Amino acid sequence: MSNVRKSIYHYDYRRSPDQDAAVAARRPVVVVGAGPVGLAAAIDLAQRAVPVVLIDDADRIGEGSRGICWSKRTLEILDRLGVGERLVAQGVTWKLGKVFVGDDLLYAFDLLPEEGHKMPAFINLQQFYLEKALVDRALELNNLDLRWRNKLVGVEQRNDGARLTIDTPDGPYRLDADWLIAADGARSTARRLLGLDFAGVTFEDKFLIADVHMAADLPTERRFWFAPTFHAGQSALMHRQPDDIWRVDLQLGPDADPIAEQAPERVRARLDKVLKGHDYEPEWVSVYTFNCRRLDRFVHGRTIFIGDAAHQVSPFGARGANSGIQDAENLAWKLAAVLKGEGGSALIDSYDTERIEAADENIGHSTRSTDFMSPYTAAERRLRDAVLSLAPQAEFARRMVNSGRLSLPAVYDTPLSTPDTSPFAGSAKLGAPLPDAPLRRADGGPTHLLESLRGEFAVIHVKNGEAADGAKPEAVDGMALIAIGDDLIDDEGKFTQRFDATPGSTYLVRPDQHLCARWRTFDTAALTRARDRALQR
Amino acid sequence: MAKLITASQFADPDAAYRALVEARRSLSEVDAAELDTKLVLILANHIGDIDVLREAIALAKGG
Repeated sequence: MSNVRKSIYHYDYRRSPDQDAAVAARRPVVVVGAGPVGLAAAIDLAQRAVPVVLIDDADRIGEGSRGICWSKRTLEILDRLGVGERLVAQGVTWKLGKVFVGDDLLYAFDLLPEEGHKMPAFINLQQFYLEKALVDRALELNNLDLRWRNKLVGVEQRNDGARLTIDTPDGPYRLDADWLIAADGARSTARRLLGLDFAGVTFEDKFLIADVHMAADLPTERRFWFAPTFHAGQSALMHRQPDDIWRVDLQLGPDADPIAEQAPERVRARLDKVLKGHDYEPEWVSVYTFNCRRLDRFVHGRTIFIGDAAHQVSPFGARGANSGIQDAENLAWKLAAVLKGEGGSALIDSYDTERIEAADENIGHSTRSTDFMSPYTAAERRLRDAVLSLAPQAEFARRMVNSGRLSLPAVYDTPLSTPDTSPFAGSAKLGAPLPDAPLRRADGGPTHLLESLRGEFAVIHVKNGEAADGAKPEAVDGMALIAIGDDLIDDEGKFTQRFDATPGSTYLVRPDQHLCARWRTFDTAALTRARDRALQR
Repeated sequence: MAKLITASQFADPDAAYRALVEARRSLSEVDAAELDTKLVLILANHIGDIDVLREAIALAKGG
């Protein structure tokens, strides 16, 4: 057993011609940090025909404390990036959760009661598998230049870009970037080099996290215990991963000694109680604390922060890497539009607005979960214990029991949306990602709505309606037109229901699959205006 | 017949819990107990129904 997981995939450093350039080479976008978030951003940009350099100071993946829960929205994004189906096939799909108080079941929940979505509510998958899939995808893209053992050591901000100094095994070189995307994690070098404050709350409670190998025939569900007899007075979490690996997360309290708690015999003693009767082998162990904090702004001139470099939350609720990948998707289409001259510069500001809103929502949920799971004072613990004590008899108390509210995508209250002029019911919301729906292609094959939208502005139009000013429903100004009834057929009626669709209903979808405008009739001029607004031009 | 509502009535139960946590954040146990006692009196009067109050007492004692 070791607290450093051995690296699983290794990549070679290769010298780039940029290192021999007499004058620093200039690139439209440099991404620093090849974790899930940086990889997602780089792949998204490259798929949008923007050449990207992605640098990382390591030459391997598969170490350290890592995410395992990937949410539906993240999987939808990864599907557009070309790896979604592979990850779902590889991961453990789950949707059931159980919460116990002591050793008694308090309640169980089902995360995705709705049918007809391509992607499941959650999969569990070791982060290194997700990174491996993204690296494989990155290597397929000719305009994505992935440079291992390239360490950012200097950033000089300029009006029209950032001048970078990058250290390598062959020594340092300079590189100019029109835009720098900092995806270099919670201990971001870019953030430090720019001298930016990263303020927030540090929680003192310590947690033991262990991935253990155990061939156990236990159900695939998230199990959370408040004060179980096997771990007195504290909380415990258990979750399944592929390869017979189980994640065990044990609250230790604020006074625990992080070094002593990682001693193999101490870890064994704790795990023996949790996994009693099972043969198991710890594969990786660590003790962590956590922070809830964010940068004041994510956009600093030509340097833009995404993922943990921009914001940090507690691990309860799958809000870290998932929200980072959503940052990447939000930024990629906007930056591509600005670089191509299609979007106004205010489009970049909307990344700041939208993702700060999302980060604050995540930090809020995370803080509330933490208040419940690790009370600050004796008086708070008394309140928490009273809720747990009433919960078996009283539904209101059950609803207050908080073992982590699981991540849902943000609904943006954003200047990019055109306000509704007609009322719409259904689950589709302005500013939110489209709800998925099962559909049939014109050639008869089954598909889903979201996999039919491949990352450009799209107009979805329900045929047989009246058009404003006799306009013919046809592709407007280069935007893809999808006619429901011709191109995609709603046999099951789920699209109609989720979008409150009537003949003529027309929806404008952003490149990140968020709904930005809708009408009851097809109106060419209104569509153009709404698209221009969504591009801030 | 039971008149006490134990079904959840808050649109956002987490926000209600948060308000109760924040109210006691800097208090000692004794001060928090005093706060809670005042809250009981205020909310009991707001409800203004002796049957509901008796049922609530029974639930709290049993729970």
